[in-house]
Amino acid sequence: MTDKALSFRLPTPRNLGYSFNWVGRIGLLVILFWAVVAIIGPEIAPYPPGEIVNWDYFTPMSHDYLLGTDYLGRDVLSRILMGARYTVGIALVSVFLACAGGVILGMVAAVVGGWFDMILSRLLDAFNGIPSLLFGLVTVAAVGSSIPVLVLTLAAIYLPGSYRFARALSVNVNTMDFVTVARARGERTPYLILREIFPNILGPVLADLGLRFVFIVLVLSGLSFLGLGVQPPNADWGALVRENIEGLSLGAPAILFPSVAIASLTISVNMFIDNLPTKIRDRS
Amino acid sequence: MLRSLTTWMLVGQRLAIALLTLVIVSFAVFFATELLPGDVAQILLGQAATPEAVAGLRKAMGLDEPAILRFLGWLAGLLHGDLGTSYVNHMAVAQLIGDRLVNSLKLAGITTLVSVPVSLVLGISAAMWRGSILDRVVTVLTISVISVPEFMVATLAVLIFAVWLGWLPALSYAADTSSFTAILKAYAMPVITLTFVVSAQMIRMTRAAVIETINTPYVEMALLKGARRSRMVLRHALPNALGPIANAIALSLSYLVGGVIIVETIFNYPGVAKLMVDAVSTRDLPLIQSCAMIFCVSYLSLITLADLIAILSNPRLRR
Repeated sequence: MTDKALSFRLPTPRNLGYSFNWVGRIGLLVILFWAVVAIIGPEIAPYPPGEIVNWDYFTPMSHDYLLGTDYLGRDVLSRILMGARYTVGIALVSVFLACAGGVILGMVAAVVGGWFDMILSRLLDAFNGIPSLLFGLVTVAAVGSSIPVLVLTLAAIYLPGSYRFARALSVNVNTMDFVTVARARGERTPYLILREIFPNILGPVLADLGLRFVFIVLVLSGLSFLGLGVQPPNADWGALVRENIEGLSLGAPAILFPSVAIASLTISVNMFIDNLPTKIRDRS
Repeated sequence: MLRSLTTWMLVGQRLAIALLTLVIVSFAVFFATELLPGDVAQILLGQAATPEAVAGLRKAMGLDEPAILRFLGWLAGLLHGDLGTSYVNHMAVAQLIGDRLVNSLKLAGITTLVSVPVSLVLGISAAMWRGSILDRVVTVLTISVISVPEFMVATLAVLIFAVWLGWLPALSYAADTSSFTAILKAYAMPVITLTFVVSAQMIRMTRAAVIETINTPYVEMALLKGARRSRMVLRHALPNALGPIANAIALSLSYLVGGVIIVETIFNYPGVAKLMVDAVSTRDLPLIQSCAMIFCVSYLSLITLADLIAILSNPRLRR
């Protein structure tokens, strides 16, 4: 051991144990690709996404319309590029809200403990007892569908899971010697949470955030597919599948490619998270 | 096996938690559908209604009572089987749901009958020959199914079985029950889709449960004694993995609840989920409440069942 520690090693990602294998790299590439598309997609779209450009509907792939046209004769490629902004954007905002809320509450509950912890845990566990898609259906039924409502609903659905995960990790860290020492020093709760607990659960929490992102994309697409998510004339990928469902019996590209887009995003996030260096994933 | 008093206390505790959860869930459903949308009387009568008419209807519907009393009244009605009346066609909700519930349960039942044996065989053999081609194919397939939305599995199934192979009708639910093959055809597509969705979870969990048992020292001992791989897994490991596997089955069946919503909508299957999705688009709140409660109760009971199996089958939890 001492030999290893003393010998000179360049602090490259590989030597520090932070390198990805090729499956993880492919996943990361696809994620970055869709992230870029979500930002610049509408600018590089060949046609305006809402405009009817061809009088023929469900046309196959052609030179003019790379991915064919949809049920109204709109360009599918442009609509997918625009849809990326809705799917990726809504899912990202909701996952950050869900995880930020869940992690903060989880750390506080673990450090404070007692009644606060017990009541909060019971309450949020109860919300875990509502199936996620159903939760979405009920809120959309109650207040109607708009993008802020979707973001908040999705965040609310996945907050309890994130809370549970963060709390379990924090409880483990909380019993460690350095936390006890900090407590004995007389440090206050905010310090304990921010400087002692948080840095030590960050890795697994980020991995959890990735998985939750996948779930949120799936539920969002499901809601949009049921016609209760992003409302026309805007469309995320789930809504694109829904509006072109009649092209299914024709095997139209208008229904294939939005599905492929969803699958490529969710599968690559899963691939990326599965192949994260263990140093990040299982830090505690 | 004699179970001690503490086991039953653990079971009782779990049931009490389930009951408490149910109360909280029903409050959430009631709150979301009754209080969030604003004035129900106003919604029902439309924008043109006079304030007097709205006030009259509010009184008639009991909307002027405090929310907590209305919640208790609703809960009591629910327990007596009085689910209220639909806003849209003024029929009793219980009557609307009745047949639909039977249809949904049929779909869920058939899916369970198909998916449980398939998943057990695939999950156990994947664990038995870990790292083999079979295992790798199964792993990749299950991960793919889990990471795509349910409607995509349905779309793919339609593309493969209806469009390319031409075996089954595409999107229509045929109410034709004249012959056995007609019934088979009507159920095939929804059942295939749901089986894929549920089995993917079940196979993964079964495989994990068996592998965890294989990794224990006593199974390694069986291997060292020279037992064949099949004997080592089936005779030595499997009996101890039965608890976790049963737990996995109950947990994965809870994915039916989400899957059924999508599948019934796609295939136009006349079940509770389709009824609920339609009710959401017409904002028929009493109908939504009852359907939501049906789903929550089935979801909760499956999760609770999974936990109870885990408690009863694990001697270490008995203490």
